[in-house]
Amino acid sequence: MIPLSSYLAVSSVLFVTGLIGVLIRRNFIIILMSVEIMLNAANLNLVAFSSYLDSMTGQIVALFIIAIAAGEAAVGLAIIIVVFRGKIATNVDQINLLKW
Amino acid sequence: MVQQIFFYYLAVASIASAVMTVGLRNPVHCGLALLSLLFHIAGFFILLNAEFLAAVQIIIYAGAILVLYLFVLMLLNLKTEERFLHRRYAFWLFFGLLAAGQAFLLLLRSPFAGKPGDVTPEKITQFGHSHTIGIVLFNEYFLPFEIVGVFLLGAIIGAIVLAKDRPPVAGKEEASR
Repeated sequence: MIPLSSYLAVSSVLFVTGLIGVLIRRNFIIILMSVEIMLNAANLNLVAFSSYLDSMTGQIVALFIIAIAAGEAAVGLAIIIVVFRGKIATNVDQINLLKW
Repeated sequence: MVQQIFFYYLAVASIASAVMTVGLRNPVHCGLALLSLLFHIAGFFILLNAEFLAAVQIIIYAGAILVLYLFVLMLLNLKTEERFLHRRYAFWLFFGLLAAGQAFLLLLRSPFAGKPGDVTPEKITQFGHSHTIGIVLFNEYFLPFEIVGVFLLGAIIGAIVLAKDRPPVAGKEEASR
């Protein structure tokens, strides 16, 4: 039997990897992908707890998170397309018009 | 024993593909590494007796969301850049590693316990996972389910409105908008 803490260790490593990806990458699309890694880590955590505590609630929340991730991807990619059309750049350090 | 071998394979492969997603240079390669990560997370779900979630993970994440990402990557036709990290990435990497340390401290200190529910693995194998999750979803969590439906509608409308090509309008009307 695999202990619960192994699952938590894997999911925290995944979460931190996603966080570092958000912080260090330049490309906005890769940043959104890193956010997906973080959401997946949270999902793994929720499902692991739900399975070990014999409760269905965590898996329901994981299902909702998948739906929210779909919406986030759609709106985020639409924003990228709009920005790219005006400025021909998807790098976050070149999108700085609001920083004046 | 088989479970443990499966678990360690999934753990190593998912962490490796996460690191590749963050670290690879070509954005399309990053997307493919993300695909591998999503499949391995689905493997974890199967290991945790959540077959329905594993199927949803593959259909929605790998089938819809990732295809959306790859579609946009190819639509924008991004070339591989010489400098793919942020200008001050060392600074931010420091804070990321600080957060990692914090997460591991919390992981070591947590008791990992809670009030157990009544959905035992025997019940799940008896009725099937989609039956069990469906009963709970449509009884106790029906209102959140509907709210997620409305949220998805809003996301669809928002994405269409944002990405729509506005026809060019002459001076005054452009300014008044």
